[in-house]
Amino acid sequence: MSQKRIREKKLKSRLLAVLLSALLLNLAACGKNETATTGDGEVVVKIGAIQPLTGPQAHLGKDNENGTRMAIDDANAKGISIGGRKVRFELLSEDDQADPKTATIVAQKMMDEKVNGIIGHLNSGTTIPASKIYSDAGIVQISPSATNPKYTEQGFKTAFRVMPNDVQQGKVLGDFAVTRLGAKKVAIIDDRTAYGQGLADQFEAAAKAAGAEIVTRQYTTDKSTDFMAILTAVKSEKADVLFFGGMDAQGGPMMKQFKTLGLNAKFLTGDGGSTPEFIKLSGGSAEGAYSSLPGLPLDKMPGGKTFADKFTAKYGQIQLYAPYCYDAVSVMIAAMQKADSIDPAKYLPVLAGITHDGVTAKVSFDAKGDIKDGAITLYQVKNGKWEVLETVGGVPAPATPAN
Amino acid sequence: MPSNWQRLKSDRRAAHVAFVALGLLLAAAPFLVGASLGNGWVRILDFVLLYIMLALGLNIVVGYAGLLDLGYVAFYAVGAYLYALLASPHFGLHLPVWLILPLGALVAGLFGMMLGAPTLRLRGDYLAIVTLGFGEIIRIFLNNLNAPVNITNGPQGISMIDPLGAGGISLSQSFELFGMQVPGIYAIYYLFLALALLIVFISLRLQDSRIGRAWVAIREDEVAAEAMGINTRNIKLLAFAMGASFGGISGGLFAGFQGFVSPESFNLMESIMILCMVVLGGMGHIPGVILGAILLTVLPEALRYIGPLQEALFGRVVVDPADLRMLIFGLALIVVMIFRPAGLWPSKTRRREFSSEAEVPEQEALYDAKR
Amino acid sequence: MDIFLQQLINGLVLGSVYALIALGYTMVYGILELINFAHGEVVMIGAMVTLAVVNMLMASGVDIPGIMIVATGLLVAIAVCMALGFAIERIAYRPLRKAPRLAPLITAIGVSIVLQNVAMIIWGRQYISFPPILPMTRHDIGGAGITDLQIFIFVLALVLMAGLVLLVKKTRIGRAMRATAQAPEIAGLMGVNVNAVISFTFILGSALAAVAGLMVSAYYGIAHYYMGFLLGLKAFTAAVLGGIGNIAGAMLGGLLLGVIESMAAGYIGDITGGFLGSHYQDVFAFFVLIGVLVFRPSGLLGERVAERA
Repeated sequence: MSQKRIREKKLKSRLLAVLLSALLLNLAACGKNETATTGDGEVVVKIGAIQPLTGPQAHLGKDNENGTRMAIDDANAKGISIGGRKVRFELLSEDDQADPKTATIVAQKMMDEKVNGIIGHLNSGTTIPASKIYSDAGIVQISPSATNPKYTEQGFKTAFRVMPNDVQQGKVLGDFAVTRLGAKKVAIIDDRTAYGQGLADQFEAAAKAAGAEIVTRQYTTDKSTDFMAILTAVKSEKADVLFFGGMDAQGGPMMKQFKTLGLNAKFLTGDGGSTPEFIKLSGGSAEGAYSSLPGLPLDKMPGGKTFADKFTAKYGQIQLYAPYCYDAVSVMIAAMQKADSIDPAKYLPVLAGITHDGVTAKVSFDAKGDIKDGAITLYQVKNGKWEVLETVGGVPAPATPAN
Repeated sequence: MPSNWQRLKSDRRAAHVAFVALGLLLAAAPFLVGASLGNGWVRILDFVLLYIMLALGLNIVVGYAGLLDLGYVAFYAVGAYLYALLASPHFGLHLPVWLILPLGALVAGLFGMMLGAPTLRLRGDYLAIVTLGFGEIIRIFLNNLNAPVNITNGPQGISMIDPLGAGGISLSQSFELFGMQVPGIYAIYYLFLALALLIVFISLRLQDSRIGRAWVAIREDEVAAEAMGINTRNIKLLAFAMGASFGGISGGLFAGFQGFVSPESFNLMESIMILCMVVLGGMGHIPGVILGAILLTVLPEALRYIGPLQEALFGRVVVDPADLRMLIFGLALIVVMIFRPAGLWPSKTRRREFSSEAEVPEQEALYDAKR
Repeated sequence: MDIFLQQLINGLVLGSVYALIALGYTMVYGILELINFAHGEVVMIGAMVTLAVVNMLMASGVDIPGIMIVATGLLVAIAVCMALGFAIERIAYRPLRKAPRLAPLITAIGVSIVLQNVAMIIWGRQYISFPPILPMTRHDIGGAGITDLQIFIFVLALVLMAGLVLLVKKTRIGRAMRATAQAPEIAGLMGVNVNAVISFTFILGSALAAVAGLMVSAYYGIAHYYMGFLLGLKAFTAAVLGGIGNIAGAMLGGLLLGVIESMAAGYIGDITGGFLGSHYQDVFAFFVLIGVLVFRPSGLLGERVAERA
């Protein structure tokens, strides 16, 4: 058999190699299409959206993509003209797997596609390395959710965000814990991600400054489900407020185990936990928990209620950052309209000085590209739903509905 | 045809032609790729070279010495963080690249010995879990050493790292060539290519050296190797250190290239992927390992085109490409290994060993009815 | 003291989940010397299927008690996981039984990626919550709390493990398994259907994985397509700690790992004077593992395997 089999084997492997390479070449070739205008003479404006669509944070990434997509659909429905020509906005969405390396590859790819602006990324760890590529190419980047202060401190003119950074939110939360919840002994847990740790550090500083004592600081990860041990440690310190810096996927189960262990401290968390998912995952033990969310409550904002209803009807429940993505896109388009140009170099200075009524806040940027005077709203779970407690800071938007 | 091929192979002139052609191709590659596929693919090319270096480093440990290492990314991380700490505003240090890279190799090599020392007695899968644990320990320390003393800046990572370059010239800045603006990723390509070639050269020389043969001897039978007078302890430690130092260099390059490092780049999945490159390509065989690194870096990116591909085939996107991309990647791993169990491009000796087993089933069947 | 007791309870419950998953690793390893890296994903599929059935029954409004709903879900999940375990072995491992030993490791990783993504496509990217239909009564033991569910998990794990030991030691198929583990070729000569035994091992391990999946999702009230990776990793560590290939070792390793993690999270800060905290709990666990392996290279209960590459 040997001779024949060897030949067969060789043939098989060669065939495999040829097929593979042909496939790769074909696939790669397919990606090339550079149409600036459609048949009707419309100008196509490409907006790149980058977020994790696989891996543990995929549910948030998909939510971001949906928020971006809806903003683009809405803009197209309005029929916008820029520079005297009708424009059609097109979404290019890519998966960065929440991986910094993949993020830069995708960013470079977006530059090849000649996008007019970028909405992304979701995490700080991907947003920061990619921001250099956008800055080099002069493309505007608006992150809907990166909160690491470093992002806007690199001196890139192209970097913006519509989400207050950790410092802004942590301060509000720390003050709230001490002055409104009467915290004297505070326990802090964070999930050791850039987001959770950053927020928890700022919370700690603010709570200390307001006169509370930090009795214990415990840690978990963004993939954990078991918090019994650290919660038991918290229990032994008899804290009266427990702050968690992390996401709902950990916050919810943590709340449940918190009740299982019979802790009676007040539970406080940041925007990552301020979701309906948090309540669902807590298995009915979320009652009384507090959280904060940057921006104003959706139903207080012009267009906010409409956005929420439309989004829910189309994509299901809002996970977390979809409204911020919606705002990121709409402020970008508003700047293009105001500058009457889709050229990033032209609309960037306009964007830097714009004031725009978004669904989460009145959006305007400071010199670094951070959102100015970000309002932060505090919520509490009552009857199985997040209810607004109060809003701290920010300028209330005019009551007249925009557009 | 095989005889033709053989003749071609032994023809020195043909070899020279092939060599020159390959050199030209490598030199022109970024411009060819950039012009046809876009600069995104040039960056992918840069990462391909980086992963070739990593895979060749792991190949020394796994392929040559046969020590299963699931924590290889730790050395990559050590190199990357060393560069980040010594050349960024974090500590205000800005040491030159040509100093940091060798230092990174050295420190990573020391870490390799640190891992090797307690695990000398362990075999196979026990070694796998210890190395895996080592990788995780390094990552956890990097993630948490922002308090009480801030060394690594914790999960926030270190940003604004000095770009690769020398004497005030940064390689990642775009430069002008014949009146065209060429982005920094092109210059980076040539730097990575040079270092990758150096690592290939070292690997080749090691393979045929005394040390290389000692590694293979340990891989095949440790007891026999020891009986033959090989100092298995030193030789094993050397494998860990050599492999780790390649990882350290790659890490430094990564940090300088990205300008930002954070612990999330160095998770277990990364170690597993590098191992997949080595095994899928052909363990212990340099061309195979290179092929594995190329394929596994390119494939996930190429699979991004399944959206446009669906449009071309069916006129619309039937299944969300984001849903399918990693699924196809996983399937590809399974299919390749089932059809090529020794790897896509195994070394000749390995192929012979392997096929000799497969080619005498008639004899074996006499004794082995059920298996 | 009540805090110590509480940490012990936390650790034992967590550990019994690890132990149950570790059994799957250890049985396969014992017979094939193969790390079945996809095992964690089987646990995930078990959890997802249970939840899907439970949520479907809840939505359909049939009037049966919560326990019965969960039991139905579990039965379906066990069936699905058994089929899955069988299929994984047939497709990804059997063709490679004579291949270099790292080849099946790569297919295992491939299977793991495929299962994750299939689960993502079927059940979506969201975290799925477990409806609160199981009794959560809390008992008080010396100041520490324990719920019905925690007791149930611990006892069930013990019972399953005892059953497994009996099966391997006392039954015909158990003897065939041991024979195959010892020397597959000779077992084949003695009339053991080696392929059937290996399939059986995978099916059995996967059934246990389904039970573990239910436990995890019911206990923590949460399931997600990515949950299998970390669980699998922890369970694999537990199996090695106890001595991979040894059933009692998997049990011991699992419980020990759970308790170590709990105690580390609770006391590492006190021991080191606040220098290290609960973020080093995994580091601590790995150090214990490395320490054990340095002195006992085959794990706590593993047999000393003479020179095996």
